[in-house]
Amino acid sequence: MTAATVVSGLLAVEVPYWAASIIKVGVVALVIPTAALVLGYVFLMKMMSFMQSRLGPMEAGPYGTLQLLADGLKFLQKEDIFPAKADRTVFALAPLVVLISTFLIYVVIPTGPDAVVAQLDVGIFYALAVSSLSVVGILMAGWASANKYALMGGLRAAGQLIAYELPLVLAVMGVVIQAGTLDLQKIVTTQATGEIFGWDGIGNPFILTQFAGFFIFLVAVQAELTQPPFDMPVAESEIVGGYQVEYTGFRFLFFFMGEFGTAFAFAALASVLFLGGWALPWGDLGHWGFNIAGPAIMLVKVLAVSALIFWFRFTYPRLREDQLQRLAWKFLIPLSLVNIVVTGIFKVVL
Amino acid sequence: MTQLSSTETGAAAETGAQPDEHREAWAAQLADALGDDFVEHHIIPESDLWVRVNRGSWVVAATAARDQLGCVFFDWLSAIDWLPSPYGRDMDAQEDNPQPKAADPTEQGYAGGETRFQMVVRLYSITDHMGLTIKADLPDGDLSIDTLIGVFPGTNWHEREAWEMFGIHFSGHPDLRHIYLPGEFQGNPLRKDFPLLARRVKPWPGIVDVELFPGEEGS
Amino acid sequence: MTAVGNAGNITDRNGGSLADQRQQLAYVATQAADARLNVEIETEGMTLNIGPQHPATHGTLRLVARLDGEQVVEAEPIMGYMHRGYEKLAEVRTYPQVTTLINRIDWLGSFANEVPFILAAEKLMEVEAPPRAQWIRTVLFELSRIANITLFLGDMAVQLGALTPVFMAFRDREFVLNQIEAVTGGRFHPNFDRIGGVKDDLPKGWIDDTKQAMQKIRDFCDEFEDLVLGNEIFQSRSRGIGIVPPAIGLSYGLSGANIRASGVDWDLRRDGREALVYDQLDWKVWTHPDGDSFARYWVRLQETREATHMVDQLLDGLPSGPIMAKVPRIIKVPAGEAYAATENPLGEMGYYIVSKGDLVPFRVKIRSASFSNISITPWLLRGVYVPDIITILASLYFILGDIDR
Repeated sequence: MTAATVVSGLLAVEVPYWAASIIKVGVVALVIPTAALVLGYVFLMKMMSFMQSRLGPMEAGPYGTLQLLADGLKFLQKEDIFPAKADRTVFALAPLVVLISTFLIYVVIPTGPDAVVAQLDVGIFYALAVSSLSVVGILMAGWASANKYALMGGLRAAGQLIAYELPLVLAVMGVVIQAGTLDLQKIVTTQATGEIFGWDGIGNPFILTQFAGFFIFLVAVQAELTQPPFDMPVAESEIVGGYQVEYTGFRFLFFFMGEFGTAFAFAALASVLFLGGWALPWGDLGHWGFNIAGPAIMLVKVLAVSALIFWFRFTYPRLREDQLQRLAWKFLIPLSLVNIVVTGIFKVVL
Repeated sequence: MTQLSSTETGAAAETGAQPDEHREAWAAQLADALGDDFVEHHIIPESDLWVRVNRGSWVVAATAARDQLGCVFFDWLSAIDWLPSPYGRDMDAQEDNPQPKAADPTEQGYAGGETRFQMVVRLYSITDHMGLTIKADLPDGDLSIDTLIGVFPGTNWHEREAWEMFGIHFSGHPDLRHIYLPGEFQGNPLRKDFPLLARRVKPWPGIVDVELFPGEEGS
Repeated sequence: MTAVGNAGNITDRNGGSLADQRQQLAYVATQAADARLNVEIETEGMTLNIGPQHPATHGTLRLVARLDGEQVVEAEPIMGYMHRGYEKLAEVRTYPQVTTLINRIDWLGSFANEVPFILAAEKLMEVEAPPRAQWIRTVLFELSRIANITLFLGDMAVQLGALTPVFMAFRDREFVLNQIEAVTGGRFHPNFDRIGGVKDDLPKGWIDDTKQAMQKIRDFCDEFEDLVLGNEIFQSRSRGIGIVPPAIGLSYGLSGANIRASGVDWDLRRDGREALVYDQLDWKVWTHPDGDSFARYWVRLQETREATHMVDQLLDGLPSGPIMAKVPRIIKVPAGEAYAATENPLGEMGYYIVSKGDLVPFRVKIRSASFSNISITPWLLRGVYVPDIITILASLYFILGDIDR
């Protein structure tokens, strides 16, 4: 049940193990930069520009579509600068750690019955676990830069990401209880075949029955992505980019790709958990039909969730650090606990 | 200078302005509070009030103005260097290598004064909507005066500026160091004998620049 | 909202009574005082150098802050990176040439810089500009205020992390700049005021265009009242932050909207005696009792809207007549001393001119608003968090040229 299975199924050939591994790596390695590019272009450049009554990039390619490629090329040409007092090894590794954490999430995201890199029984558990690896990279970057702004940014990020891990996981708990599984594939099929209190018109997308969970998940994701209103770790007007401040060239590009790649991954997780993933509530396209149409269905849902995430980003001012912690501990976590209790009661009663 | 003051007052009387009772009252009140240290005052009716006090009662004068006259708003503090510029006092200061000229007799402004450096502080009453300019002479040998930080904390930076630009020492100031100029800067730029090098290096092109009035044809 | 008529109480947007809020704010103030006390006990710390190149200092202000964690133990602004020595330069320029210099002091509302200087010189010369010139001056003065403060309204939002409002501010400020340009020929540095009047008359069709622009600015103010002032995060970031008690503010020389936001009802446009025509207009001085960053933003927003109403009234009542009084071709200002101050966008700006009867002033002391406004920061920043530094600096609103001169 992997991406290699899809290939072998489609081509009707047996794929050897080494070839399967290459295909998997290739898929993940292709998907992330593409995802970062798409999100970066659609939302960071165009949606933000339209919200701010300007056009955004218009010169590189039709409607500026190639702008991010041009930017990426520009980053690659930049000098790779190490600050004089930086811890060189840690400084060099930090962006990779962030990027790897992003890569690892993609491994379990299903885009069809077979179209998944690795089918894990504990998929959602794994995804949330590897996503929190990025905090290590951020802390490394903040510490190794030998810069006070970077250090403050790194520490802020650590405090923030740890505080928001909890509501993130607790919000997912409701879904897991309702679906009765940690397997992302089964969560998708449960939603497609489920029913809401006996009504099976549109299956059971958990956004309806787990709306509180969806809301908490989105807020926590916003904080995990360090986007406004939770962008204190990179707050430009306070600490000038935080942990990114000393990075140039392709290392900065890694952070950029990590940021948008993670945004894409979390949007994908949200659409798997709450919007029914690759499945459609009506119309069964069959096993192979979903393997082919699944990625497209996913993309639509992911873009919808991303639009929501980025809409917040361009609209809200920034909270203060203590206000952020207060929101997490005094509001989101109690709310998600209540959500779990209510979900549990319904699960037992119904 | 008294002469100047009297002509000004005369001019005001000619235009028919009434004596300014409110400002007269302020001056009288300050004179009461300061006694012999109140040296002189000058009033332009319906416009402004200048008071000159002895250096020793500088803080007392500011306190009295704040507490008795209600001038709670600290406007600004600075100094005036009354030395006529040795490089010429007009647009004629354009020649190369100017020799310092014989100093003109120092003539001073409203409320008089005898010395080269004069402190000026302006306070304002937001209830009476009237301002007050207090002046004090600094003897040439001892350019120092008490700080006003205890009365108006906002004078801190203004005194640093005056120290930097005129070289006036404010005794009791906790933090007298450069505010605009780099720490190693030497000299006091706003003193009249501090040459403006830009003018020495290159003639000023604007010396004959006279703009036409609206509707006037060029000649 | 009408120009007047709102006289009286300021009520909270959410309908909460003001007394409750005051209690709340008093509580916040005691909290801050406690924090200050706690900070004094600590010894270890980190010194953070904010600026001179920092996005929040919009210019080259440098702030050396000693921190304990994220809390400020003490902060010391260091300026002078932009000191241009205008007081010295003014001593070797003729009076008309000085206006070119002082245009560059507060570069967002340049015309407003010229007015007090010209008024002080007119005082010394005992010249009064003809009525039409005074009205045109007042119109342009208010347009400069709008051009200046609209940018503040967007800028403070961007300092607090909201990216979008600043673009809207730039977009709508453009309408005002266009109008200023149409009269003066300069968008940023008009250099339009003259001793005895103004340089030119208004161009044809300008009055209608300006009224349309004023309507756009009013819409802009309404939009910002919802978008920024109504935003919960903006409120929680700015309410109770950087409270300036009126007495302390006055003793530090705070002026303009900064002191009016502390409840001091003082506006030189109404209370000053300079030759501008504010006494013939129907308008209101806005104050706010809280004295925090939110109040400063609120007051500035109301003042911008008030300014648009004032411009409308000024344009309706514009008298006809000459725009220049009779002054000699080569201006020699009689000996004397004069101080003239006006209510500029940033606060009180004044010029103390000492003349000895020459072509050039003998001494010009420039009293700029930002220099005094920012001098309260060492007092105000003690005990706040690092993000609040940004809020307080943004809400005190300084222009670097206005600090360094």
